[in-house]
Amino acid sequence: MRYLPLTPTDRADMLATIGADSIDALFVDVPESARLDGPVPGLPNHASELAVERHLSALAAKNVAAGSVPFFLGCGAYRHHVPASVDHLIQRGEYLTAYTPYQPEIAQGTLQMLFEFQSQVARMLGCDVANASMYDGSTACWEAVTMARRVTRKVKAVFSGGVHPHYVSVAKTMAKFTGDVLDTTQPWLVAETDDDRLIEKIDADTSCVVVQYPDILGRIPDLQRIADAAHAVKALLIAVVTEPVALGAIEAPGNLGADIVVGEGQSLGVGLQFGGPYVGLFACSEKLVRQMPGRLCGETVDAEGKRGFVLTLSTREQHIRREKATSNICTNSGLCALAFSIHLTLLGEKGLRQLAEVNHAKACAAAERLAQVPGVELVNDSFFNEFTLKLPTEARPVVRELADRGVLAGVSLGRLYPGEDGLANGLVVAVTETVTEEDIEALAAALTEVLA
Amino acid sequence: MSVNQSGWRPAMGEATGGAQATFTGNRALMLEEALIFEIGSAETTGVDIDEAPKVASRLGNHARKSAIGLPGLSEPEAVRHYTRLSRQNYAIDLGLFPLGSCTMKHNPRLNERMARLPGFADLHPLGPIDTVQGALEVIHQLAHWLVTLTNMDSVAMSPKAGAHGELCGILAIKAALEKRGEGHRKVILVPESAHGTNPATAAFAGFTVKDIPATADGRVDTQALKDRLGPDVAGVMITNPNTCGLFERDLKEISDAVHAAGGYVYCDGANFNAIVGRVRPGDLGVDAMHINLHKTFSTPHGGGGPGSGPVVFSKALTPFAPLPFVEQQDGRFVLVEEETAGEHHADSFGRMVAFHGQMGMFTRALSYILSHGADGLKQVSEDAVLNANYVLRSLEGTLDAPFGSSGPCMHEALFSDANLAQGFSTLDVAKGLIDEGYHPMTVYFPLVVHGAMLVEPTETESKAALDQFIGALKSVGERAKAGDTALKSAPHFAPRRRLDETLAARKPVLAWKEPVAPVAEAAE
Repeated sequence: MRYLPLTPTDRADMLATIGADSIDALFVDVPESARLDGPVPGLPNHASELAVERHLSALAAKNVAAGSVPFFLGCGAYRHHVPASVDHLIQRGEYLTAYTPYQPEIAQGTLQMLFEFQSQVARMLGCDVANASMYDGSTACWEAVTMARRVTRKVKAVFSGGVHPHYVSVAKTMAKFTGDVLDTTQPWLVAETDDDRLIEKIDADTSCVVVQYPDILGRIPDLQRIADAAHAVKALLIAVVTEPVALGAIEAPGNLGADIVVGEGQSLGVGLQFGGPYVGLFACSEKLVRQMPGRLCGETVDAEGKRGFVLTLSTREQHIRREKATSNICTNSGLCALAFSIHLTLLGEKGLRQLAEVNHAKACAAAERLAQVPGVELVNDSFFNEFTLKLPTEARPVVRELADRGVLAGVSLGRLYPGEDGLANGLVVAVTETVTEEDIEALAAALTEVLA
Repeated sequence: MSVNQSGWRPAMGEATGGAQATFTGNRALMLEEALIFEIGSAETTGVDIDEAPKVASRLGNHARKSAIGLPGLSEPEAVRHYTRLSRQNYAIDLGLFPLGSCTMKHNPRLNERMARLPGFADLHPLGPIDTVQGALEVIHQLAHWLVTLTNMDSVAMSPKAGAHGELCGILAIKAALEKRGEGHRKVILVPESAHGTNPATAAFAGFTVKDIPATADGRVDTQALKDRLGPDVAGVMITNPNTCGLFERDLKEISDAVHAAGGYVYCDGANFNAIVGRVRPGDLGVDAMHINLHKTFSTPHGGGGPGSGPVVFSKALTPFAPLPFVEQQDGRFVLVEEETAGEHHADSFGRMVAFHGQMGMFTRALSYILSHGADGLKQVSEDAVLNANYVLRSLEGTLDAPFGSSGPCMHEALFSDANLAQGFSTLDVAKGLIDEGYHPMTVYFPLVVHGAMLVEPTETESKAALDQFIGALKSVGERAKAGDTALKSAPHFAPRRRLDETLAARKPVLAWKEPVAPVAEAAE
């Protein structure tokens, strides 16, 4: 077995040192009834590297990789070009095979990287501080709701209809058990976001208002107006960003009154990966930091006065506070945070703005072209790199038919909101820098054929 | 634009120990590195982006008005920055990483290659089901292995890490109780030696946590646990092997008692590596157990994640498992989600996470599992336990082993600070080990042992590697027993000396800010 260094001679020598006559003697505490005679039955034995590679490559070949076809899917996961150096750097063993930096003297690489990540995320989201990452956007969103409950001591969270339905679903699951009260709704297939309806729902019992920016249909809500309404009743505004590249083009939520900004960082550095692992972003104002979940890295000095970094404010965390912790989170998304941070460092201010500009311009071009397909209407007035089309028929079977023709056209709202008839004709199309003019033409042509 | 290291030097106090101070602060291959904010600039970028087509903006009045404040680095600068930083990290690739309860085993590189196949890595989670059949099959195959290795009924694949898996198990227990009309059961029993995530999880889900004491031999006090059972108890959370590195001999008896009293048994599977392929938790009466793929099945820890924490369930809890999950229907794989849960899965407690879990970790874990097979996994747990016992017996003459006479340990060996010299602590031993070129063991955990030192060597260490580590820990241990004061200020040779954690917490600096005035050194 290529991963196990002990030889039979080693094992015999070690048993002698221990004073045990067999391996079985070391498992003496396992009750008789739970002992097996040999390996677990019903499973194959070990395999060579070549054999495993063959097996998994065959499974991979059954999938249609996004890069192999014209591809327009978004709705919380976006395909961006990741520079080659990102994947090279995160595979350095010193990052890949390190643990949570509990011994800071020999983990300054991870710690400084986390400090840089926190600083980048805080700036990008327009907040004072960010944590060292959460699992993903959906769990970060729920953690923000519970944080708002702790801060305001109120339990009613009002969700905009534009929040990703999976994020809402996660919050609903959790709220069933925690007693939080959620006011949720589905979106409407119209150009305007539901800011007015949302503001009407905010009352004195509201702990927080949760708004996605841009929203699930790609529309951009007026955060400042909602923030003002929330703050008037001492509720917090939680902004959810599922496409951080957008913040290279549109104003940061923290600059528009959001008290907590959470996000999905997958767009930068991480890749699609069929949904995970991703990286949750979590940022807030300085005064709320002690109610924040998750790990935080902070600056300090060592015994010689040199700058260094440590995990800090851990009295919020489960390994110290146990049942009184702000969250049960332990392992977060360190390596994805590194990938995000490297990609953002390579881009820098200039690159991020250019990237956002290209995304937006290509999306505008695609929207214009697709709206010319007979029967197709563009729903959005405003958008960044994702917009919604209203088809003359149900979008879900159209998506499947387009897939059969080798075009991955977008996400049908029927898939996200099954049973909602008013949304069934909606198709959400994402256009990033990876999309070419030919791809847009291929989609327009295939859509025209399928709808004809 | 400056190259990385020029123009920046770490602020330095007095040079100590007669070491010659250098101009750069570097010490040969030990290189200092500035923050990206100190070496990058807003005009620099390491990515060439294609020209944007000319269009009228559709951003409405939402366009960004102010600068973000993000520094950029060219590719050579960025590669150098992150490479230099990486060298300040200890890692499994550099040496034995004996962090107890964390299972720092070798991460096979085949698994990295497999996860990066475009057919897995470049796949959107909402892609049409017919275009992702191979991905669903990976999940299905891994699920089959996990269920078979544990002899359980089903597995929820979506939890993102161990603590998220705990939450999954606890929510299933809560849903099952509510279905039975016994939502009034509000108490979860947790042994004192449990990981902090256990009580935090139970509290997060709205339960009250009651501690169960340990016996003198380091195991759960079975009688005390049985005495506490009653109509208010929802279940127990028990770690097996436990955090003292011992197998809970009475787990089956405890499970039977908990079930008889109307509760459920949650097993923290963080230490599954000790028994994988050799003992099946389903044979011990467990109702739910999370499996840290990043421990037992060697997906890389990555400096603190991502993890992955699938949860296996007994028949009793299976109906309450979360959405989504993968099923095989007529030779085709389907995702069972809210829409399709229908009558068959009406009792599912719902969705825990967007999309379907940590696919990138599933591919790696399946690659690991297929490589080992049933015979290899049995060898894994046997070698892990053999290595730990070898460490225990080789060191118990030097360090106090509080449960050394309780019989063999499982995958980790536990020591205490009992026989260190007055004024010397576990922390001093840990920092001394750093100077010897090792990452320290887990310290001050579990809480039931004073000054605990928990050593988990894992099965991927050779005997020679263990012998050297044992020699190093013996040496440091003897110095701590003899009162060698140099140990109090260790580490001496690491990139940083002991860091001031009190200062960090008292005056938190959590993000970089432009210096108010130029620092003196920069003006030189």
